[in-house]
Amino acid sequence: MQCPVPLDKYPHIQLAHGGGGKLMQDLVSNMFRAAFDNAHLGGQTDSAVLDIPAGRTAFTTDSYVVSPLFFPGGDIGSLAVYGTVNDLATSGANPLYLSAGFIIEEGFSMETLWKITQSMAEAAKETGVMVVTGDTKVVERGKCDGVYINTSGIGTIEHDLDISPRSIKEGDAVLITGDIGRHGSAVMSAREHLGFEGGIKSDSAPLADMVAGLIEAEIDIHCLRDLTRGGLAAALNEIASAAGCSIDIVESAVPVSREVSAFCEITGIDAYHIANEGRMAIFLPHEFAEDCLGLLIERDKINLPSLIGRVIFDGKSRVRIENPYGVIRILDIPSGELLPRIC
Amino acid sequence: MKHLEEYRNPDAVKHYVRRIMETAGRRFTIMEICGGQTHAILKYGIDRLLEDNIGFIHGPGCPVCITPADKIIAAMEIASSDDVIFCSFGDMLRVPAGGGDLLSTRASGADVRMVYSPIDALKIARANPEKTVVFFAIGFETTAPATALAVYKAKMENLSNFSMLVSHSLVLPAVRYILSSPDNGIDGILAAGHVCTVSGYEGYEEIAREFEMPITVTGFEPVDLLRGIYSCVRLMESGKNIVDNQYSRAVVREGNKTARDMIGEVFRVADSEWRGIGIIRESGLVLREEYADYDALKRFGVSAPAVSESNECISGEVLKGNRKPYHCPAFGTKCTPEHPLGATMVSSEGACAAYYNYMEVRDRE
Repeated sequence: MQCPVPLDKYPHIQLAHGGGGKLMQDLVSNMFRAAFDNAHLGGQTDSAVLDIPAGRTAFTTDSYVVSPLFFPGGDIGSLAVYGTVNDLATSGANPLYLSAGFIIEEGFSMETLWKITQSMAEAAKETGVMVVTGDTKVVERGKCDGVYINTSGIGTIEHDLDISPRSIKEGDAVLITGDIGRHGSAVMSAREHLGFEGGIKSDSAPLADMVAGLIEAEIDIHCLRDLTRGGLAAALNEIASAAGCSIDIVESAVPVSREVSAFCEITGIDAYHIANEGRMAIFLPHEFAEDCLGLLIERDKINLPSLIGRVIFDGKSRVRIENPYGVIRILDIPSGELLPRIC
Repeated sequence: MKHLEEYRNPDAVKHYVRRIMETAGRRFTIMEICGGQTHAILKYGIDRLLEDNIGFIHGPGCPVCITPADKIIAAMEIASSDDVIFCSFGDMLRVPAGGGDLLSTRASGADVRMVYSPIDALKIARANPEKTVVFFAIGFETTAPATALAVYKAKMENLSNFSMLVSHSLVLPAVRYILSSPDNGIDGILAAGHVCTVSGYEGYEEIAREFEMPITVTGFEPVDLLRGIYSCVRLMESGKNIVDNQYSRAVVREGNKTARDMIGEVFRVADSEWRGIGIIRESGLVLREEYADYDALKRFGVSAPAVSESNECISGEVLKGNRKPYHCPAFGTKCTPEHPLGATMVSSEGACAAYYNYMEVRDRE
């Protein structure tokens, strides 16, 4: 599909595209409204007015500032949809509506903006959510890095499970839905031009279908957490701290691809600390673990889920990892920005 | 990555642990020179697998840790100058000095960039002729050849907007310094494979004779380390004060002559300060007179000021192998990776960071 904004006239975003006048109206209606096409985007009211079934509702927001905007396995557009959809899904909600706020740098390529918008629209369609409201701002050149996107999401909780750290029980099994460390390594490799042979593709993907499938199969899920910034280590430590429990995991059970292992070797960064965008941890009673693994394998033919550990209530809140030599160590959260080592 | 699996093979690890236990007739104290070895030993739990037989003393081989605080202050000052792009290795950015670090300099508006190689800094200089590009050249024999090559190329190309803040150090003089302390208690040494790929190990042969102790050259994977420790234990048991190269897939006795020649072309040896330790004779590299134009300190007229260090931090004693990180009252409480008092807590090769990351700090509180 061609970019609907005449490129010969406006090949680049100008300040006026966010100024509230004619140019902005053209951009909003020709680009965003056209791409996200749905009944709520009629433009008659200042807010989208939604019919949401009575009951528990989940509401979340996240901002996306990834650089580069396009990376192996995804782009900022699909990421901005999947990321927020995944936050809803891992709260046990059925994602329904999104908002989309764009902060665009003056001079940004109109065609690239169209590609990003198309990618968002496709991701929204794939995950069954509607983008029902939005905002566009243009900032002076140099005031942002191309484009930033904020999405907020609303979803409904249509079951009786309380999917949260407070539901975690002694002996719960801890599963992850696939290999770890792809997204962060793919983005860092692309940004720093590390040029890994074979390349690392981001795992960026929606998790909502997977969660819905597990709930439908009456798997007694206690808690879910997507393994985004800070990676598996941060996610498990946050949960240990919120639930007041310890989590023991086994290193040999945590899948890491050869490409990601190579990236970690070269940079000295721990795979457990690297961001993922299509993986989650599942906490559930041990007797459900096998069924859950089976369902995950059935749904996702590519990524291998794994039972990586268990929960113990020992009066502490820590994550420990046992290596293949039988030595147990602490798995801590990363400190600040991940910085590659010198040699 | 096939090879990685080989060098992490659990059966091989168990085999060497068993052999070490059988061979050691008493408890030995081994110093591993390099921070990379320290991290691997703690991360893989080799210290705990061998705790009945081997005590480890962690050596001074963490390039980020020993970079003097006054050089970091000079780096922050140069980076804050107008029209400067300041390039540094990633794990130097968080190292504290005088209450700041390069990340906070960047947050205050300086153009501080992380690079993976000095050659990348050179590319940035070529692409930005209107800016002045400065590379923070730190590290041991491992990073010095690439730094030397960058300066050499800059001179060949007459690239006038490129210079270096040099703080290179040499490992052998520091090993000698530590062993000269009469009560060091060290029975054997694990030399760092990476440095030896460049420097070779003839220099270690002199040290083994002079200080009467065996030295084994090792790699950084669990099986490499354990094979090296096993070799060292056998030598200590038999009283053979020689160097054994257990990292022959990367290291030869004479090292890499091309790399050393490049270092010699650009740098000369000089006395050098090691943070927390002090001046060690002939342990540093400075630019030769012919390359003095590329010295950022001269170009910016910055004199590295003397800095007073935290009087609570014992990182100097840790680097000399005299104390363990957990002997420090600030360890894990006042001093953490988020709020470090010393460089050894932030560097990816620092001993304090290794203990903080891999040991159960919280249990000690």
